[in-house]
Amino acid sequence: MNNHLSPKERLAIPRTQMPAQDPVIRSRNFSEVNLGLAELAAIEEAQRCLLCHGRNCVSGCPVGVSIPEFVGNLASGNLTEAAGILQQDNALPAVCGRVCPQESQCEAQCVRGKKGDPVAIGHLERFVADWAMSHSENLDLPSNSKPSGKRVAVVGCGPAGLTVAGELVGKGHGITIFEALHDTGGVLRYGIPEFRLPKEIIDIEVERLIDRGVKIECNVIIGKTLTLQDLQRDYDAIFLGNGAGLPVLLGIEGENLNGVYAANEYLTRVNLMGAGQTVNCSTPIIRGKKVAVIGAGNTAMDCVRTARRLGAEEAMIVYRREEAQMPARLEEVHHAKEEGVKFVMLSSPLAVIGDENDWVKALHCQKMALGEADDSGRRRPVPIDGETFMLEADVVINALGTSANPLLTSTVPELQLNRWGNITVNDEGATNLPGVFAGGDIVRGGATVILAMGDGKRAAHTIDNYLSTLPKTVS
Amino acid sequence: MFSILKNDLIAPKLHRIVVEAPRIAAARKAGQFVIVRESAGEERIPLTIGDANIEQGTITLFVQAIGTSTRKIANVPAGSFLLDVAGPLGMPTEIKKWKRVVCVGGGVGTAVLYPMAKELAAVGNEVKTIIGGRTKSLIILADELSQFCQEVCITTDDGSLGTKGFVTDQLANLLDSPDTRPNTVLAVGPVPMMRAVAEQTRPYGIHTIVSLNPIMIDGTGMCGGCRVQIGKETKFACVDGPEFDGHLVDFASLAKRLSMYKAHEEACRLLAS
Repeated sequence: MNNHLSPKERLAIPRTQMPAQDPVIRSRNFSEVNLGLAELAAIEEAQRCLLCHGRNCVSGCPVGVSIPEFVGNLASGNLTEAAGILQQDNALPAVCGRVCPQESQCEAQCVRGKKGDPVAIGHLERFVADWAMSHSENLDLPSNSKPSGKRVAVVGCGPAGLTVAGELVGKGHGITIFEALHDTGGVLRYGIPEFRLPKEIIDIEVERLIDRGVKIECNVIIGKTLTLQDLQRDYDAIFLGNGAGLPVLLGIEGENLNGVYAANEYLTRVNLMGAGQTVNCSTPIIRGKKVAVIGAGNTAMDCVRTARRLGAEEAMIVYRREEAQMPARLEEVHHAKEEGVKFVMLSSPLAVIGDENDWVKALHCQKMALGEADDSGRRRPVPIDGETFMLEADVVINALGTSANPLLTSTVPELQLNRWGNITVNDEGATNLPGVFAGGDIVRGGATVILAMGDGKRAAHTIDNYLSTLPKTVS
Repeated sequence: MFSILKNDLIAPKLHRIVVEAPRIAAARKAGQFVIVRESAGEERIPLTIGDANIEQGTITLFVQAIGTSTRKIANVPAGSFLLDVAGPLGMPTEIKKWKRVVCVGGGVGTAVLYPMAKELAAVGNEVKTIIGGRTKSLIILADELSQFCQEVCITTDDGSLGTKGFVTDQLANLLDSPDTRPNTVLAVGPVPMMRAVAEQTRPYGIHTIVSLNPIMIDGTGMCGGCRVQIGKETKFACVDGPEFDGHLVDFASLAKRLSMYKAHEEACRLLAS
């Protein structure tokens, strides 16, 4: 394939659109919404890259993927090389290509975005990662260095933990991941719905790590089944990536009525346990005809779009600010709209109202207006005096976010936490305890998959350095 | 995979199963529970750890086969496996010397009560136990309890064993006299029983602990499904409990939440039959 195009020729190529399932059909099924680029479309999109010297896109990527190199190889049709580069830099490329907020990361830095559309780096990442999966028999696994004799315990099998594992197994260290749930992937599996990230993708990415030598033990809760002290005795270093925790409660009347879910419960039932997706699934879910989701982040979008797929006639986002302030990825909002989700803006819930049997029947809301900007720079919502209304709903989902889970940290009083209960780390991902490192949501509070992976990558680097300072183990 | 070493039917629909789970056996304390998934695609079911043997690396679980998923767990024979067993979860029972303790168990609740009573007796409490059930065949663990309890009092609704009547009648007798009145009462059983016990002890201001079993998924605080109203606060039974001050529990809300999936359970029963 010819990638010797002039800048003018590159500039003349319009950004490729991601083909997607028809909105009406997909709002009633759990199959993936985005269908992926065809090979020729991907190559053409890659040719839009100007191969500029600034490499700004790389600085926008929390895991520092060599974007110009993999895109350049793709533009020339060198898929094997493109796949090799991508997999070397990113332990979970097929996941990132699907769920990263590229518009605020790599693509936000792309020079082509200054005048027109940036290169669709996310779509290209997904294409190359998917291509690599379907050609895995012809591709070499990233090579591991010779065994170091050092052992690392990773707590939590989510994006941070998987990244640490991928990076460190490559350095020749022995890695064991401990996962509290019965299956791998953490939030990738229990949190992100099938229509955005098929479980098969997680299975394949995890399988690749196992093929490279990573051991995974499910059903082990560190702090309960084993203690951090147990791990300190048996391993040379420990990475804590046990994720976000307890749902933040609404703190309003009626929160415990039947039909009120925290987002984590709603999503876990459907995503991890399969509720509502298979005819004879033993885990139940209340489907709801009118579903109100409180919040406007990615989790809220996942809930509201899941509700549509479970048959809701009306699936609504209830948010106290305006659309422009919603924290969700643009694509999720766009997809939700196409799927018929209603957006009830400038509305803040006052109480959940129950019927005579304590089932939800409505959400009592306060009308809001935007006032002065707050510390975050967003205009602060203020109630409009006397303007309240009833929103009919038979399921209410609280997607306000999560706070730090004390399950592990409470068993290690010497571990330094911030005032919200999140683990404190330095810039290198090290905690105050020697040999103990941390990253992802247990450090950041609720953040994104890619930021957790960035933490994992950075911590892995630090752990590798730390291990090299330890005396050689005699095996 | 967790090997089942023994599976005995000890009362109608009530199985005592011994599971090989050395790490859990070593870590577990009285009052804690595990989450069990029988096989792929099945529900995650919380079950109290009834007993443990560290040397043999086993835990004992009591399973009441009443729903689709619990039936499947109860039907796994010795020599076969459970796919997932995770734990120990929840806070352990507060074991201290209260002096005079009365443990009240209803139905399968007696199995949950057993390890707590055992520990409380071991630290020198004077433990009396009242266990009840609808009929004789539903009375469990009476012999086991009598090994460390000062007294084991049995009640049945139909009078087929022990005294005819309810556990609350017997408790009322003990509360009545200052000579037998306990400092602490532990109650585990159906929601109406625990509520009745809490109401009985309230006027005396007797410290009363109940063990709740709301609907749960992960058991680590992540999903928030097991939230219960304790006084003015919402608590998560899986991480804050499962034991709470019986005088603060909103039993009405607990009962409603436990009935949330009745329709689903009914549909499963119809599909299975």
